Amino acid sequence: MPSFEHESPALTNVLPTCLADTLRPTLAARVLKVLARHGVAATIARRTTCCGQPAYNAGYESEARRVARPTVRALAKSQGQIVVPSGSCTAMMSRHWPALFAGTADETRARDVAARVIELSQALAAGSAPPAAGDRDKPVAYHGSCHLERELGERDAPRAALRAAGHEVREPTEGYLCCGFGGTFAVKLPAVSVAMADEKLDSLSATGATTVVGCDLSCLMHLEARARTRRLPLQFRHLAEQLTVRGDE
Amino acid sequence: MNDVAVRFVTRADRELRNDRVRAAVRHTTSLLAANRSTALDGLADPDAVRDSAHAIRRRAIDTLPQLLDRWAARATANGIIVHRARTAADAVRVVLDLADAQATAGHSPVRIAKGKSMASEEIDLNDALEAAGHEVVETDLGEFIIQLAREKPSHLIVPAIHKSRFDVAELFTTDAGRPIEPDVDAEAAYARARLREAFLRADIGITGVNFAIAETGSVCLVENEGNGRMCTSLPRVHVAIMGMERIVDTWAELDVMLALLARSATGQALSVYTNIISGPRRDDELDGPDEVHVIVLDNGREAIVGTEFDDALLCIRCGACLNVCPVYRNIGGHAYGTVYSGPIGAVLMPLLRPDDPASRELSEASTLCGACTEVCPVRIPLHDLLLRERHRDAPGDASRLRRVTFRLWSVAWAHPLSYRISIHVVRAILRLSSRVPKLARRAPGWAGAWTRDRVVPRVRR
Repeated sequence: MPSFEHESPALTNVLPTCLADTLRPTLAARVLKVLARHGVAATIARRTTCCGQPAYNAGYESEARRVARPTVRALAKSQGQIVVPSGSCTAMMSRHWPALFAGTADETRARDVAARVIELSQALAAGSAPPAAGDRDKPVAYHGSCHLERELGERDAPRAALRAAGHEVREPTEGYLCCGFGGTFAVKLPAVSVAMADEKLDSLSATGATTVVGCDLSCLMHLEARARTRRLPLQFRHLAEQLTVRGDE
Repeated sequence: MNDVAVRFVTRADRELRNDRVRAAVRHTTSLLAANRSTALDGLADPDAVRDSAHAIRRRAIDTLPQLLDRWAARATANGIIVHRARTAADAVRVVLDLADAQATAGHSPVRIAKGKSMASEEIDLNDALEAAGHEVVETDLGEFIIQLAREKPSHLIVPAIHKSRFDVAELFTTDAGRPIEPDVDAEAAYARARLREAFLRADIGITGVNFAIAETGSVCLVENEGNGRMCTSLPRVHVAIMGMERIVDTWAELDVMLALLARSATGQALSVYTNIISGPRRDDELDGPDEVHVIVLDNGREAIVGTEFDDALLCIRCGACLNVCPVYRNIGGHAYGTVYSGPIGAVLMPLLRPDDPASRELSEASTLCGACTEVCPVRIPLHDLLLRERHRDAPGDASRLRRVTFRLWSVAWAHPLSYRISIHVVRAILRLSSRVPKLARRAPGWAGAWTRDRVVPRVRR
């Protein structure tokens, strides 16, 4: 398979996302490492903020626009694909930005960026095959996040990436059910949100795997916060973290 | 937080604490969702059928006035009496007048046997009929159960989804005045005997309508228990109530809709009874009512046509979106406080009742996970509609505190530098508060809403 770099001279940009900036500042570096392994040379995008989704999904379009504008402008200056380690942010940018910025000075920029955004696992699938994995046959439970699976329709790429790294991928029953995060939903309807997390945690635990991998920090943050309250022996890792785990970490 | 939001949260929390209801709802919705999935796979090309169904419904909404006129002209020629009701009160008035006519003819009290009809629930018909002194018996088993419980349906298709056989035995025992065992067969036997009596004595049968068919001026009614056929054939008068959008042009279109309706609702290839009513009993026929009335109900629907929300009118009330909704599965239908619940209820109620804050707030009853949109047989973009409703309503409805919060947040994150600084502040707050979990649990507002049952998110280096 040809190396990705030769096809696209422009450096791939990585948008770290606001949740990674807050909770896992090293995630973007891990994303670069994983991308490099798949033959994709990338750099972390500068002068970006957030995609605006928290406000957009709560109903506040002008606030969402205000927050997303610097990100749109920063990314519009780049060329080539923009990799986002979140299905939810990717969907916000690719599906909703054109409408959010329609009729504004940034409409063209938003459309341009929307067309170049790609979620991390999709970028891995489009890259070259990674080096053969060691015999790490540790099972992991995969949590397919709603926006990745349904807004972007991406079901295969994350699972394939985990299998290529030597993992047995286990699926929770009724895996399509949401984990209950839903942005401000988690605090507007906290008890419902927690009940949904519990249903998800029960089905994840039943897989027998102790590591849960997902492509959205938002779900993972929510599930981890509830799992620790229930003292469940589960650990939660973003795909980029799982693929860059060292030794017995 | 405003009062309206508190009300939905409060209802949802109350239903959440009812473990019996939650277990019953989760169990049945999981079963129905799995059945649906298997049944759809039984079609040669389910996606193509759904595309076709979407196009049929879309065309019906785009040409609704003409289609209704065409249907009404044929129906009238067939001897059906067509009534147009702009409001719920108008529709109730039509039924009350028909009942009064029976009373005047000497059939007093007027006995009414009802088939399952969400439109009749929407207009609170039973309350009005009973207040006027008429006897109403719901003859769909699930509806009969909730009538005895004096409740509203908690699911579009399975109105008593929240009731276990033990709940049903209690209700039947009270109704019968003798013990009815909590055994499904015993319960069914009791209901059968009790309802047969209601069919035989009924002066008026009232049902809903699944689809009107313009081509022949007919109405189609699907059901599984045979009670609908009884209600439409035994009493002297049959009154059918239909939402004005529930219409197709031709029988070929009906065929497509029926291929999806039962599969999406219960996983059946076809419901047990498919009734087509094209007019009253003719002179050479033995069975059938002397009069057939169809009430075409607007009640807020026409105002939705032509707006960015009118895909909501494509709905065929199969309930598939309820069964896959993680919110509905946990709180059940009553928490919504409206006649329609689940994702379609959350979409529809803010449109049907744009002036009612309790209906508007239902667009919050979703994580926007999109499971509803994925299963909708007529491809209504349900979660996108919920989002658009939030864009329409949230800024105006929100409390001052919430508006100010979003405003401050957006100002802080409008520049890369202030964004960086605020991220460091948030990290520091999270780190500190995770050291004092007991204090964090008592934090006010949204922070406390997170920490009550969840630890503070872990911040890594």
